[in-house]
Amino acid sequence: MTEPIIEGRAIEKSYPQSDGTRIQVVGLTDFSIEPGKIIALLGASGCGKSTLLRILSGLAQPSSGAVFWHGKPLNEVSPNVAIVFQSFALFPWLTVLENVEAPLEARGVAAVERRKRALRTLDTVGLDGFETAYPKELSGGMKQRVGFARALVVEPEVLFMDEPFSALDVLTAENLRGELLELWLNKKMTTTAIFIVTHNIEEAVMLADRIVVLGRNPARVRSDINVRLAHPRDRKSGRFVELVDYIYKVMTEPDVEHSLPDPESTGEIVLPAGGVKKGDGEVRTNKYQILPHARVGGIAGLLELLHDRGGREDLFRLSEELIMDVEDLLPILEACQLLGFARLKEGDVQLSREGVRFADADIQLRKLLFRTAVLEHVTILKQIDSILKRKSDHTINDEFFHDILDEHFSEEEVQRQFDTAVNWGRYAEIFDYDRESGRLTHTEAHSDSAVAEANIEKQNSPSSPKP
Amino acid sequence: MKNNLNLRGFSAYRLWAQLPRLEVSRLPDVIMFGAGIALFYGVAVVGRSWFGPFQPAVEISRSVWALPAYAGYSLLRITVAYALSLAFTLVYGYVAAYNPRAERFMIPLLDVLQSIPVLSFLPGVMLAMVALFPGRQLGVELGAILLIFTGQVWNMAFSFYASLKSLPKDMREAATIYRFSSWQRFTQMELPFSAIGLVWNSMMSVAGGWFALMVCEMFVLGPRDFRLPGLGSYLQTAASAGDMTSIFWGVATMVAVIVLLDQLVWRPVIAWAEKFKVEQVESTNVPKSWVLNLVQHSSGLSRIRQKTLRPLGERLLLHFARKHTENTKQVPAQPWREWVLRAVALLALCGIGYGVVRVAIILTGLQKAELHEAALGLGATFLRVNLALLIGALWTIPAGVAIGFNPKLARIAQPLAQIAASVPATALLPVILLLLIRVGGGLGLASIVVLLLGTQWYVLFNVIAGAMAIPTDLKECCSVFGIEGLQRWKKLILPGIFPYLVTGMVTASGGAWNASIVAEYFHFKGHIYTTTGLGATISQATDAGNFDLLLAATMLMAATVVTVNRLLWRKLYALAETRFRLET
Repeated sequence: MTEPIIEGRAIEKSYPQSDGTRIQVVGLTDFSIEPGKIIALLGASGCGKSTLLRILSGLAQPSSGAVFWHGKPLNEVSPNVAIVFQSFALFPWLTVLENVEAPLEARGVAAVERRKRALRTLDTVGLDGFETAYPKELSGGMKQRVGFARALVVEPEVLFMDEPFSALDVLTAENLRGELLELWLNKKMTTTAIFIVTHNIEEAVMLADRIVVLGRNPARVRSDINVRLAHPRDRKSGRFVELVDYIYKVMTEPDVEHSLPDPESTGEIVLPAGGVKKGDGEVRTNKYQILPHARVGGIAGLLELLHDRGGREDLFRLSEELIMDVEDLLPILEACQLLGFARLKEGDVQLSREGVRFADADIQLRKLLFRTAVLEHVTILKQIDSILKRKSDHTINDEFFHDILDEHFSEEEVQRQFDTAVNWGRYAEIFDYDRESGRLTHTEAHSDSAVAEANIEKQNSPSSPKP
Repeated sequence: MKNNLNLRGFSAYRLWAQLPRLEVSRLPDVIMFGAGIALFYGVAVVGRSWFGPFQPAVEISRSVWALPAYAGYSLLRITVAYALSLAFTLVYGYVAAYNPRAERFMIPLLDVLQSIPVLSFLPGVMLAMVALFPGRQLGVELGAILLIFTGQVWNMAFSFYASLKSLPKDMREAATIYRFSSWQRFTQMELPFSAIGLVWNSMMSVAGGWFALMVCEMFVLGPRDFRLPGLGSYLQTAASAGDMTSIFWGVATMVAVIVLLDQLVWRPVIAWAEKFKVEQVESTNVPKSWVLNLVQHSSGLSRIRQKTLRPLGERLLLHFARKHTENTKQVPAQPWREWVLRAVALLALCGIGYGVVRVAIILTGLQKAELHEAALGLGATFLRVNLALLIGALWTIPAGVAIGFNPKLARIAQPLAQIAASVPATALLPVILLLLIRVGGGLGLASIVVLLLGTQWYVLFNVIAGAMAIPTDLKECCSVFGIEGLQRWKKLILPGIFPYLVTGMVTASGGAWNASIVAEYFHFKGHIYTTTGLGATISQATDAGNFDLLLAATMLMAATVVTVNRLLWRKLYALAETRFRLET
């Protein structure tokens, strides 16, 4: 067992809420970064993986627990690490060369030496000729190369990468991934470990020696796999696909135990799916139903596509064909599942009878089917519907629902939950929502009175023809 | 191949290619050398004047030939005041942005200070400065400079604070992970990020500085008569004498100075600040400046920069970097520091309490008639300000939209509107008064015209910008569906320009309250023209040295402005941000 470079022991991160309770973002987690490995941290969006990266790199403090750098507490030393950001985080007013020189300036390296090292690093990442350009003159891929150069120039022991390829188009991302791997495998960089946060399963299987899957609410390790595929890895090879498929299952059906065929040559499962047993050290589990952030349009589109495919499709194939990451696909799948339109089974998605009906229906019938499904399965919309029906004026302020949601989610999440609920509720014609006054109005009440008014007008208007 | 190149190097073609480059690189050097000599002379003259003995009442010449020197003096005052403002801005904004405890007090304070009219500071500041430097011209000079400072500083401080607060999180994290020292953070991240906001606010501030300058170069304070040589005093003297020729030359000089400033300072600075824009893609329409090109192409200047600024910057950078690496270990908070802080806070609180009590005593000592007058004045000024705003909006909205929808017209009209906006209304007051007294109408009418002149431009160029920002496809959509006339205004134009209109109106409203002090009370040809109004009350109180009334009236005005801002403009701003935002 090699000594870890960075080790987080029993770390946890939570944010205090205005009502005095705390929302846990990262659950009790042990985590270590060992030398000689590329470690990929996989998880859906907003699951707290970026927070974990920030804690391990020393940018953020854990709420409890401690992080150690070569056995010493992290906040007592200045660790030799670097971060590559998803948004590049370059200084737009500095040239490429100045951007790369900046970290060396911070370390007090003299001008001549600084320039030499910066130019050398720029050369390594293939940026010579661009020294005097400003970042805005470069394409996304080139910008991220500058991000790499800026990180590598300090010769970090651990290189952190926060979704480094997410902001790039598919081809550019593929190209950069390949180059990163080449630098790493040919020891062209002095870095001893790479920690990469991603939501792209294939990217993780392509690059990593160890893959950690993170569950959410709060984030905690769900599965831990040592990848045994040899480099260079072939996307089309059977073992590669098996591993990708396995991770898909772990992410989409977290509560089921999955098996990996032939672990000898694909990967060693250190921690099987399901991860830490539930119940130990939990501060607050979400008993409340979480709405996946999917729009009605996305749900309908997916159902139609599945219907065209005969009602059943392999998840991995689906995402590959749609060129969609799990991050984007997963919420839509969850929504379909929640509404009873589809089921997930062993990495396949299968339309239900309701789902088939929905895909076949016209616009009006779809709304009706959606309404039935929503009122049957979605707690918050059920609540809203019954409250609106009971109130005499059939309207209610949105703050009421914010208050309900506040108890369960962080501020940002409350807004997203509410937005999704409004999107679904409007489509299902449960209520109208006026964003300015912040009032929800019962649609039936609304339309009933509108119809009534129209009738009265008809009766009163002298021009209407007498029957 | 190499041989070939060498041969071509001696051909006539090569000479031709070199010729224009030679010219360009020498000319800027010559000009810059000249500028250096001129600067040296200027410093000598100013030093003689400022440190000379106190002259209670300088005779202000009305000769045209005195104008260049006067303009120079005025410009210098504004420049010094601006430098002070910038220094204050950086410190105040920095502390407010990074110290959450201080932030809670500093930002509301800024809001209140911003709404106190500049001229209300006049007596206090002047008397204090004159007392500080008795027997030297420096006291009055510093007083004037401080007044201009109070007219410039607040919006700059607010802009810097807001920029610091909106720094992208990623950029901050990059600076932390790469161990930037506080100095490197400041010079490579915070200052560049705030640069564009600071530049635009600096332009607005300097325009506000001219406004204050016109008044504070020459004024009467109780029995004392203060005069400083400058454009403002020149115009006032000319107006008092009713000398139209001098007024004309004075205003012409003023406009010339403003245009020159625009060409020599603001255009180049804006063009230079373009590189600080945080954008992913290079924009196509980049502001340009011939002066900036000149400065950047001067090889002499760049050599000076190489020899002085570069090594200095490098030294500072490395010095702070070393210091930063030494103190990375976290120092536990020392308890005595906490106690000192508490003691300071307690003292400040006591000071505030004492001040409030004193003010309350002063206010109870006021006579009923005075309070009555102030209340009546408040109403009159309120009506006047809003009438001016209304009239301004009524003509600027159609005009602005017409200009904005016509790119050719906009290219000509926009710079003109900017120049018109930066000519201080105070400078034009005598001209307007002369005209209006001839046609009859007096100060009641004239004051509204002055308010209008001082404020409508903000609305106009904001409306122009708003109209230009309305997307073409929306306009085309209206044409396709035959939405014309009133419908087009209601559905497209008014909602489209709304955010810009609100911005323009807020600025105009603040400016109008401030201008009312000069507009409602005026010395002219030996007479005092006055009309009912809070501004007149403030001016009168200053003239008569009635500080109690001055205080009361100022507080009344500041309170009104703050209330109107909170109740009306902020809500409209919020509406503009949410419902009327044109998302791209």
